[in-house]
Amino acid sequence: MGTKISIEPITRLEGHGKIDLFCDDNGAVERAIFQVPELRGFEKFVEGRPAEDMPQITSRICGVCPTAHHMASVKALDALFGVEPPPAARAVREMFYHLFMFEDHLLHFFFLGGPDFIVGPGAPKEARNILGVINKVGVDTGKKVIEIRKICRELMAEIGGKPIHPVLGLPGGVAKQISEETREKLKAFSKNAVAFAQFTLKAFNDIVLANKDYLDLILSDVYYMKTYYMGMIDKANKVNFYDGDIRVVDPDGKEVQKFKHADYAKVIAEHVEPWTYIKFPYLRDVGWKGFTEGKESGVYRVAPIARLNVADGMSTPLAQKEYERLFSTVGTKPVHNTLAMHWARLVEVLNAAERITELSELKDLTSPEIRNMNFKTPGEGVGIVEAPRGTLIHHYQANEKGLITKANLIVATVGNAAAINMSIERAAKKLSVNKKVDEQILNMIEMAFRAYDPCLSCATHSLPGKMPLELRFKDKYNKILRTVFRNNDGKAVSG
Amino acid sequence: MAQTAPKPKIALYWCASCGGCEETIVDLDEKILDVVAAVDIVFWPCAMDFKYSDVEAMADKAIDVSFINGAVRNSEQKHIAQLLRKKSKMVVAFGDCAWLGGIPALANLKNKKSIVDRAYIEMETVENPKKDVPCEKNKVDGYDLTLPTFYETVHKLADIIDVDYYLPGCPPTPKNVMVAINAILSGKLPPKGSVIGPDKSLCSSCDRNESKPDTMALEKIWRIYEKVADPHTCFLAQGIVCMGPATRDGCDYPCVKGNMPCTGCYGPVTGADQGARMTSALAGLVIGDEKEQALKAMEGIADPAGTFYRYSMAASLLGSQRKEQA
Amino acid sequence: MPNTTPHIIAFVCNWCSYAGADKAGGQKLQYPANVKLVRVMCSGRVDPDFVMEAFREGADGVMVLGCHPGDCHYRNGNMKTLRRFALFERMLAQFGIAPERFMLDWVSAGEGKRFQELTTTMTEKIKKLGPLHLTGSVESEVA
Repeated sequence: MGTKISIEPITRLEGHGKIDLFCDDNGAVERAIFQVPELRGFEKFVEGRPAEDMPQITSRICGVCPTAHHMASVKALDALFGVEPPPAARAVREMFYHLFMFEDHLLHFFFLGGPDFIVGPGAPKEARNILGVINKVGVDTGKKVIEIRKICRELMAEIGGKPIHPVLGLPGGVAKQISEETREKLKAFSKNAVAFAQFTLKAFNDIVLANKDYLDLILSDVYYMKTYYMGMIDKANKVNFYDGDIRVVDPDGKEVQKFKHADYAKVIAEHVEPWTYIKFPYLRDVGWKGFTEGKESGVYRVAPIARLNVADGMSTPLAQKEYERLFSTVGTKPVHNTLAMHWARLVEVLNAAERITELSELKDLTSPEIRNMNFKTPGEGVGIVEAPRGTLIHHYQANEKGLITKANLIVATVGNAAAINMSIERAAKKLSVNKKVDEQILNMIEMAFRAYDPCLSCATHSLPGKMPLELRFKDKYNKILRTVFRNNDGKAVSG
Repeated sequence: MAQTAPKPKIALYWCASCGGCEETIVDLDEKILDVVAAVDIVFWPCAMDFKYSDVEAMADKAIDVSFINGAVRNSEQKHIAQLLRKKSKMVVAFGDCAWLGGIPALANLKNKKSIVDRAYIEMETVENPKKDVPCEKNKVDGYDLTLPTFYETVHKLADIIDVDYYLPGCPPTPKNVMVAINAILSGKLPPKGSVIGPDKSLCSSCDRNESKPDTMALEKIWRIYEKVADPHTCFLAQGIVCMGPATRDGCDYPCVKGNMPCTGCYGPVTGADQGARMTSALAGLVIGDEKEQALKAMEGIADPAGTFYRYSMAASLLGSQRKEQA
Repeated sequence: MPNTTPHIIAFVCNWCSYAGADKAGGQKLQYPANVKLVRVMCSGRVDPDFVMEAFREGADGVMVLGCHPGDCHYRNGNMKTLRRFALFERMLAQFGIAPERFMLDWVSAGEGKRFQELTTTMTEKIKKLGPLHLTGSVESEVA
């Protein structure tokens, strides 16, 4: 008689989700299914809206990464109206985008993903949170994180109006010129940003990589999956968040696709399952073979480790060194170890900080030439950026009045939807060798999930590190046999 | 030893939300330490361990304040909103989605079938020959899976439960969040059912107000991208639609400071329908002694319903008609 | 099946269109009883939310009748009405309400016959369209 274990609700991700684990008679997990129970319908309700409203409307898909949507949207508008933004506008957009990438990645690391490593998955639950992190890295560092994030957000407000749901994007340009005063602030900030990024990487090195148990965990079989990888690269084949072709490599690292934004639909298709609202993108050429890994399956992965896997390197020197170190430590390229996402994320933080420095020196950054007004009759446009959580695609069609007639949005985390399901299943299967369900198993299943930084990680300081989990063992008739849950104190309690 | 009063119990929950309202709390920066020291958070699914069963086990009104953000679009959200209402002394609708429906409520201009068909069947990248769409009950490998009921209508929180206070914004600014928290902790609150914030329009505090001429007789309304907006002049005076006249004050107008017009995210003042206000306001600014002339002048308002009710569709007179009983 | 008694609300201005309705009564010109009048001092007083609320509360059609251009008792109140409702009609369509369900027109104090004609025409139009259901889906985009 098999059993079902429901983990609901899942927490520390955007919106709602639940995980069902289906076990055989011995308690070993046969299937793990991650369901997303909600849909808001952006792809439909934007029809009839003016195209120029899209950057601010679509940013409401996510309040943690609104800038990613805003930027993908405005790039789609550039294409739709047939206007190329002038160099100053591009510089402003890139600057804003890198401030965002820096802040968002850092937030995830210190408040959410970090505790898994910095204090360790086996550590007491009370310590697996930002307070535990601060304990390990020091109170001053904790305050520095808040402070640096605060300044970053203030700079974003100066450039783009607001950090949450910014307003700067217009087809062919940006709304506001950056002043020399702001440039000086950006320059000063960039120095602190680079230093802090390096400090964070060093902390990761000293606390995580230097610890054999943690390193083993990263390299272990539990969190390992061979998939295709997708990410954006610049002309030199280096990681780029803002613009460039999209490259796909196979599980052995060989390039199989390199496409321009307008051609995304030739490469990517989406699979539908009736038990979840999330769709599952896959590589058209390879085909949908189900939730399986390997070269024969069209499943691909996006976001930090995927980006590093597809690229030949990082575009800035300090980040490049860290890139090389990551791959030589793990020993393979591509890196298939899911937990390496946390490390790759920090390499990207450093890259973002270095890019902020470079951009703050650009002469064009403060130029008043921020608009290209030579609009063509609106038609169709695709805009792609690398959101913190992966390749993000906005595709719009408009009528001659510039009202949206059709929209397709392939949102970053969705690129990992199939992989998340598979990662959870793999972890659950490998860890459920015996029937004793305890804290450890719950935590380690969470870790399979959390490495992907699923869209919303909401963090504040006194976060206890426990995710609310309740495992309900049910028989096939849905009668509850046993409940194990983690209570306030973080203890697994049988009821 | 003096007995200190117990800390107020706080719950936070999200319905159909983007997470921006959680993020704005993180933007309290170091002030969050003071807040967390002053309260006892007993339920916060995005961040903490407590489960629905923990809330169910609480006595009625055991929670002092529940902050609920997000619109209500499915049965799970409705269930938890009702549960929290039962267990709370006070419920605050946090942000536009909970107060007015927010941007997700633009879906009220469509219907559930067209939304589902577009996403899962018609979408050009979707390969779905069986035309599968998400449904409430499914069987996978012999096991039962369920999804909550997806409603026809996007509801604001007050459609579902009794709400004590409202906090405007998309999202509310960190400054206004602190004002609200301090008001709640100190007990200095306006009458029940109020919006916590000023009750006058944005124009009253906007620094571009002075540049408005006494009379405007606009010959043309411009789409925002059609003009390079002067960063010091009132947008309306430049012929660009700005929702300021129909929108509440209180946000310190960051969008205008970013040289983009207000889009209305602080919602209408008490008793007003945002679209009705804006229709009257805009029409009062344009020329037109004949209908054709007036229509031509206002052609630049390409999407009146979407522009005027971008955040408030579920509270609008015509856009909040329920398509079914939730 | 067409509705035999459509609910129609007509906002009429004190100085012109209301007087015109009165004139129709005085001349014993029958106009449809299902048209209910609401008198305002000027058509410019009619707020878009009066019209929206009328629809919401069950009206199948709404009329706003003011003074002819140039004749407004308050100089140009009716011009403001004209511009306001030109925009309003476009928005109405977005909510799935056929623009024919709303009529803005001008009736002077002496035009009893015109009042009769407009209200009769409106009633026939609404009968053909049938009762308004505000709970359906809304698909039409801006006109």
